[in-house]
Amino acid sequence: MSDTITAPAAPKLTSKDFAPDQDVKWCPGCGDYSILKQVQTIFPDLGDKKEDFVFISGIGCSSRFTYYMDTYGMHSIHGRATAIASGLKAARPDLNVWVVTGDGDAMSIGGNHFIHLLRKNFDIKVLLFNNQIYGLTKGQYSPTSETGIVTKSTPFGSIEEPFNTAELALGAKATFVSRTLDRDPKHQQAVLRRAAGHKGTAFVEIYQNCPVFNDGAFFLFTEKESKKEEALFVEDGKPLVFGENANKGIKLDGFRPVVVDLSANGNSVNELWIHDEKDKVKAGILAAFSDLNHHGHVHLPRPFGVLYSIQRPTYEEQMAKQIELVTERKGKQPLNEILSGDKTWEIA
Amino acid sequence: MKTIEEVIEAESMVVRFSGDSGDGMQLTGMQFTDTAAFLGKDLATFPEFPAEIRAPAGTLAGVSGFQVHFGSKDIYTPGDEYDVLVAMNAAALKADLKNLKKGGIIITNTAGFDSRNLRLAEYPEGVNPLEDNSLDNYIVYKVNVSNLVKEALSGMGLSNKELERSKNMFVLGMLYWIFDQSPEYTISFIQEKFSKSQSIADANIKALKAGWNYGDTTEIFNTRFKISTSKLPAGTYRNITGNNAAVIALIAAAEKSGTPLFLGSYPITPASDILHELSRYKHMNVRTFQAEDEIAGICSAIGASYGGSLGVTTTSGPGMSLKAEAMGLAVMLEIPLVIINIQRGGPSTGLPTKTEQSDLMQALYGRHGEAPLPVVAAASPADCFEAVYDACKIAIEHMTPVIVLSDGYIANGSEPWKFPSEDQLQPIRAEFVDKPNSEEGIFFPYRRDENYVRPRVKPGTPGLEHRIGGLEKANETGNISYDPNNHELMVKLRAAKIKAVENFIPEQKLDSGNENAKVLVLTWGSTYGSAKAAMMELLEEGSDVAHVHLRFLNPLPKNLGQLLQNHKYVLIPEINDGQLIRVIRDRFLIDAVGLSKIKGLPFTTSEIKNKVTELLNSQ
Repeated sequence: MSDTITAPAAPKLTSKDFAPDQDVKWCPGCGDYSILKQVQTIFPDLGDKKEDFVFISGIGCSSRFTYYMDTYGMHSIHGRATAIASGLKAARPDLNVWVVTGDGDAMSIGGNHFIHLLRKNFDIKVLLFNNQIYGLTKGQYSPTSETGIVTKSTPFGSIEEPFNTAELALGAKATFVSRTLDRDPKHQQAVLRRAAGHKGTAFVEIYQNCPVFNDGAFFLFTEKESKKEEALFVEDGKPLVFGENANKGIKLDGFRPVVVDLSANGNSVNELWIHDEKDKVKAGILAAFSDLNHHGHVHLPRPFGVLYSIQRPTYEEQMAKQIELVTERKGKQPLNEILSGDKTWEIA
Repeated sequence: MKTIEEVIEAESMVVRFSGDSGDGMQLTGMQFTDTAAFLGKDLATFPEFPAEIRAPAGTLAGVSGFQVHFGSKDIYTPGDEYDVLVAMNAAALKADLKNLKKGGIIITNTAGFDSRNLRLAEYPEGVNPLEDNSLDNYIVYKVNVSNLVKEALSGMGLSNKELERSKNMFVLGMLYWIFDQSPEYTISFIQEKFSKSQSIADANIKALKAGWNYGDTTEIFNTRFKISTSKLPAGTYRNITGNNAAVIALIAAAEKSGTPLFLGSYPITPASDILHELSRYKHMNVRTFQAEDEIAGICSAIGASYGGSLGVTTTSGPGMSLKAEAMGLAVMLEIPLVIINIQRGGPSTGLPTKTEQSDLMQALYGRHGEAPLPVVAAASPADCFEAVYDACKIAIEHMTPVIVLSDGYIANGSEPWKFPSEDQLQPIRAEFVDKPNSEEGIFFPYRRDENYVRPRVKPGTPGLEHRIGGLEKANETGNISYDPNNHELMVKLRAAKIKAVENFIPEQKLDSGNENAKVLVLTWGSTYGSAKAAMMELLEEGSDVAHVHLRFLNPLPKNLGQLLQNHKYVLIPEINDGQLIRVIRDRFLIDAVGLSKIKGLPFTTSEIKNKVTELLNSQ
């Protein structure tokens, strides 16, 4: 027989518990509002105590997020949220640490910290608000802006190739790579919940509309007229299907993704590519879809959802384990022993 | 046993080990030092090595030196000149002969003076200093170390490379004989170091003993030295380098404050040893994090400090520049953080393995905005302990980042340390708030105590959730505020908090000399030793001099201004182009006199003494 100890149930949190008394000051129509709403919506369900959540952000419109969550939080400096969060999580594995960042913050000035966070696999959730533009500095192109984009700093069009965020994350050995949209609250919530449940660095790229400086950058994927044809929502174990009435699918011809017309004779769902979140090769191909389009070989939809998710020991876990092992072996040393060292001499 | 043997008693002597980077001179010097320390000598060391890991063998660029000054009297510097120069090859002799005392001893490895080595050392064609009369003013011992080692270790099945590597132990054995020091300490060191390879351990021990026996049995050395043990204050001592002292101070401060230690650091010479050494203390709940860059080093420390740890970052000059923005954040957040800068020659990559004190202005002012923070400097290798411990105490108790300035000279140098016991250490009060700090039950993260210090809260504390950040904060609430008057108030409050630290540091005292002396020497950091040694000589000669040494560079001790009055001259020697002097002129309107040296080397005692004498003699 075993005794069960039941702690008195804490009153269940609601989304309102996560909204502080400060005014939210993003531009009207900004995609950030939706993300804030979805985060506040899912947080009460995560089972953590409110005081255990910490938001760390850098600089940019997205990074103001920290001020709008009634949790612990630090609005830090440009690009460094990931580095600060690493130190916090290493020192305090008990906290539930979330980083909010943008395409300038994470991909440009903070690129180095971003890739190393993924590689080290701290149990930290990274929400990257990608609007393909610098908003807070009023409209310069970003490392995710499309080639040719005309902005204040590229009056004759950008000559740069944008980052492929998902490929970058996979290359940096991320254990969780996902993508969602500000204008799809349901999908966003589902992806956020998956990220929250992932033990390790969870990278969530959120396509976010900037109505002031880059309006409509993602309308192809978010608006009714084009969404069905241009967006592909992947689910683990399910075939890659998209299009009006789910009439299209994707199959692999060797390593090449090919669009299949399911309404045509002889084509069946059975031959389609089945999404496997644990398959890094396939995740790489999914991540490359947007680039394959650029190079004009095929026209592929943009994948959304959890592209890749595997388990690997987290940094802080291994750090704690090493401390435990060494302590077990050596025992905690009295401070006096450290002060004296093992080679002393007396002077009378 | 030979018959002719003269024993000279000396108070102290300086030995310079000089050889190729691959000759193991650093290890040899350190073993000699540790043995001297273990046998109760006072000492100071000066390792000097090239920036290249293995510069071309035999060249002047590849010369690596280790200087040790040891003896019975108070020793404050590694010595201006050496009594004994060990030169393992021609380049070593050429590079280091200039500072050998006239009449001093040269011990050479003649195998390092073949035509190839002479050419690499840039001696003119046909010139061999061991064979002409150029060394007539010195006592030269020519020993074919390479051959002797080969013979001593023959039959042990060692490769040529392994034989070459044992040369330094042979030399060390000879030196132990000359200075009448027991090789036992080094024998146990070798056994420990090569515990996994008994044959290498045996070879090294055999080479060491062969060196000793060579001194004992051959007629070549007719002089031995006897250095009496030191008259240091009674107590228990250990030998310590500056960087190791810093490590121990960090562990001690973490223990005494009851907060776990976190070091975020990126490898950089000459600071990396702190990261290496601290990484070995996992069993003390120490977290060391080798970050992806200097910025992540300090940022991870900020993150850990925010989580309730003692956050520390270590670096050298170029790394300080990279960390500057994050220091501004820490000033704004008002959280504890310790930043240790092991200064080196700059700017840019500069002289990475040489010493300099040229980051004082950067430490005091090198941030954007009005961002004052306390600055503490270490005076000597052992003093790194107190400097770092003080810095941790101020950081934690005053909720501020603190910069510790050390430099390559004291970081790598060593000296005997009369270490404290745990109960002799000052307590460090780390307080974490777990309740609202107002009667209304509201938590004000920026409501200050009488010392302008704000409350510290660990994330995870129920009911006190709040946000902090780099944007200017409204007084008390910490909410974002762009109000002009609030910004001015906050700038003044942050400054007042740092100024208030002056109430917690000791009053400045004269280190030596008298209060109304004609010449007062004001020093900070590692110039302490050279100045102290100069002072001892000057005072003995009856000169009208005084010495003040600063531990705290910001805030300055309250009584410093007063102490600097009443002197005809205030002399400020610095290993830079004049930095503290500007601060002193600015703060106290004193027409101080500067003495600069910017050669990547510490002051010699005579350089300071000469300048003081010049001032004493002027009107």
